[in-house]
Amino acid sequence: MAELLLRRIGGAILILFGVAAVTFVLLYWLPADPAVQLAGRSATAQTVANIRRELGLDQPLPIQFLTYLGNLIQGDLGRSYTQKTEVETLILARLPATLILMACGILVEVVLGLVFGIIAALNRGGFVDRAVMTMSFVGVSAPQFVVALFFLYIFAATLGWFPMSGFGTVNHVILPATTLGVLGAGWYARMVRSAMIDVLAQDYVRTARAKGLSETRVIFRHALPNALLPIIAMIGIDIGQFMSGVVVVEAVYGWPGIGQLAWQAIQQVDIPIIMGVTLTSALAIVTGNLVADLVAPLVDPRIRAR
Amino acid sequence: MLAPAPPVLSVDNLTVDALTPEGAKRVLDGVSFELAAGETLCLAGESGSGKSVTSLSVMRLLPKASLRIVAGSIKLQGRELTTLSDRAMRQVRGGDVAMIFQEPMTSLNPVIRIGDQLTEAIRTHQEIGEADARRAALAMLDAVHIAEPARRLTQYPHELSGGMRQRVMIGMALSCRPKVLIADEPTTALDVTVQAQILRLMRELKAEFGTSIVLITHDMGVVAEMADRVAVMKAGRIVETGPAVDVFETPREAYTRELIAAVPRLGARAGTDGPPRVTAEPAAPPAASTRPVLEVRDLAVEYGGSSGWFGRKAGVAAVHGVSFTVEPGRTLGLVGESGSGKSTTGKAVLGLVPFSGAVSIDGTAVAGLSPRAMRPVRRLAQMIFQDPYASLDPRMTVGAAIAEPLVIHGIGAAADRRDQVAELLRRVGLTPDVASRYPHEFSGGQRQRVCIARALALRPKLIVADESVAALDVSVRARVLDLMLELQETMGLAYLFISHDMAVVERMCHHVAVMRAGRIVEAGTRRAVFENPSDPYTRELIAAVPIPDPRNRGRQMAPAG
Repeated sequence: MAELLLRRIGGAILILFGVAAVTFVLLYWLPADPAVQLAGRSATAQTVANIRRELGLDQPLPIQFLTYLGNLIQGDLGRSYTQKTEVETLILARLPATLILMACGILVEVVLGLVFGIIAALNRGGFVDRAVMTMSFVGVSAPQFVVALFFLYIFAATLGWFPMSGFGTVNHVILPATTLGVLGAGWYARMVRSAMIDVLAQDYVRTARAKGLSETRVIFRHALPNALLPIIAMIGIDIGQFMSGVVVVEAVYGWPGIGQLAWQAIQQVDIPIIMGVTLTSALAIVTGNLVADLVAPLVDPRIRAR
Repeated sequence: MLAPAPPVLSVDNLTVDALTPEGAKRVLDGVSFELAAGETLCLAGESGSGKSVTSLSVMRLLPKASLRIVAGSIKLQGRELTTLSDRAMRQVRGGDVAMIFQEPMTSLNPVIRIGDQLTEAIRTHQEIGEADARRAALAMLDAVHIAEPARRLTQYPHELSGGMRQRVMIGMALSCRPKVLIADEPTTALDVTVQAQILRLMRELKAEFGTSIVLITHDMGVVAEMADRVAVMKAGRIVETGPAVDVFETPREAYTRELIAAVPRLGARAGTDGPPRVTAEPAAPPAASTRPVLEVRDLAVEYGGSSGWFGRKAGVAAVHGVSFTVEPGRTLGLVGESGSGKSTTGKAVLGLVPFSGAVSIDGTAVAGLSPRAMRPVRRLAQMIFQDPYASLDPRMTVGAAIAEPLVIHGIGAAADRRDQVAELLRRVGLTPDVASRYPHEFSGGQRQRVCIARALALRPKLIVADESVAALDVSVRARVLDLMLELQETMGLAYLFISHDMAVVERMCHHVAVMRAGRIVEAGTRRAVFENPSDPYTRELIAAVPIPDPRNRGRQMAPAG
């Protein structure tokens, strides 16, 4: 167990290093020059050059990258070009809001996915199954900004059940979390359905029925835990999906998280913030996968042996 | 004479339809039988005869979407089961009638501890607390002779061997003292020595608990060993029923006679050196004059080893220091139980798994050959697998499948190949016109013939046959074995015949090597190994084979060694 953990942490550091390198190079290649952006339209070439020197942008790329890495190791993500604040301060201030949104989003997708997946599996081939699968297909295919606007129009603007945007109460989180969770819920419903159909055909389910157990107990005690095994690994991978969704959802609902921070930074070519948010997301994805790997043996005794 | 006691279970005119897209198809047609208290009734028959459908009907566990009871009655101590409510039926299931299945490896829930699975069964039918249920579970594991029962309760199924899992299943089934135990092929997936132990356990528990048993099996040897009465099933009907001794000694139906005759009997070839001749061909040339077609020296295979960042990990030795030779036109039988390394040996011989040691095929050392240099050698040695259903591509016509080796090796033009495929199909007893059909249109036996034709396409000198008849019904099995013997006589083929079935090996082989835990424990001519086994493990294997003769029952029940 300790060896696995060490190995995975070593791998995580390598992945983060790779993400940092690739993002750095991509941002360097951007046609937009942050110095020009900062100096404003009327600035002289001299001013732009000064700003560039000040930010260290006049250095060759490898030197810039090494400097960034050196700071990163000390926990310094750099200063924002526009907000003149430490990037880690900005991210830490906004991280809780994003984590709340993500946790609620995962809750929505897992609950919806499980409920509809199980219902579809138990009604396999019937009308309910087809209806659920059609719905999940819509959920999977709909772009998130469309879902967000649709929800806003129906539930906020027309029905007035929820606020249009903002942060602070339970009511505020419901629409963004649902928007975020709908896509995943569609996937989960499909996965849970096929996993359940598979598991319900297993010999041990027949054994459970032969014991005289009630159908409820057969499904929830014997079939579901086995059907959940592949889903758990999926949740880890899902966090990556979520990070991209968060940017859109936070922008539409005015949710003060790091997605919105990234959204603004991209518009202003604020490279330190973009780098910081990218690395935070990468860290979240790596952590998510690690947690999934650590949880799997708790659920499946067969993995524990290895 | 006293009036006969009422039967525990009586099935009358049971008729079941399968619901297919083409309409209803009858799978059980008026099945009737009675089970007396304390009796063992064997439902014997080949695949598709309806024996499992019968047992699932009694449990009312037929898949609702595809199978339906359309007529008949099932009475348990006079109580009609077919019309019982679901709730009442659940009390019968596991309480009055319990069932064990063929696959102990998959019949227990992999994520629930053994103890919890046992207590769940107990508490479903008895109003007792968790602590009492746990004590009962412990007692049950003790009753089915599982060592360290207390520790087993906290273990998961994957930590137990197949034999132990089947003991757990039996313990679970008997934990509520059912009146009837239905055992559906309970030992088919088990090794022969484990099978003997499980059958012994079932007889012992039957006496101890007074349970009546319905034993479903395709194996007439098991029938002879266990049955008080036998019902022979064929195509959804019971064709013959009667006391075991009568059915075996004076079978009335032709089908029963066929079934019994098809069972290879251990010792049937005693006093001879080779398999029976099935053609009138002249005898094969004396083997001594030619070099061995296969020579294996110090073969070792290791699984699961890996070299990673943290250094090399040692693997598990699957095969260790194995040496043997196979002469042209001769058959070497490699017998052993699961995990003995016999299949791994067969794969290593064909270079399908990495190995160390020396393997030469027809005089060419295989180790270290480049893929190009290996090609002509590959032509000489071909393989036939166990499962004819899985070893043919469902989207390839059988003609294309048989021609594929020719295509890969670039032999002949398309028209040429067609003629060869036709000839090969004739050789294996099929007609050339089936070449355009797909595997699903064939029965298991026919598919295995197709696989044999495919293996013959490159005119090999050696065929590795890995459990090639294990998945076939006995009557089909006998015909495929005869085909293999005929091909050996007419084409001079050598076989490396890998099997767990002692009786089949005795029939097919000139030489035998017995494997256990990756090593050969005994090797020699078939006559020497079977008639005068020197290794205790070989003796144990031979003794464990059930004999299809109810009068000889319990012979192997004597403690081995």
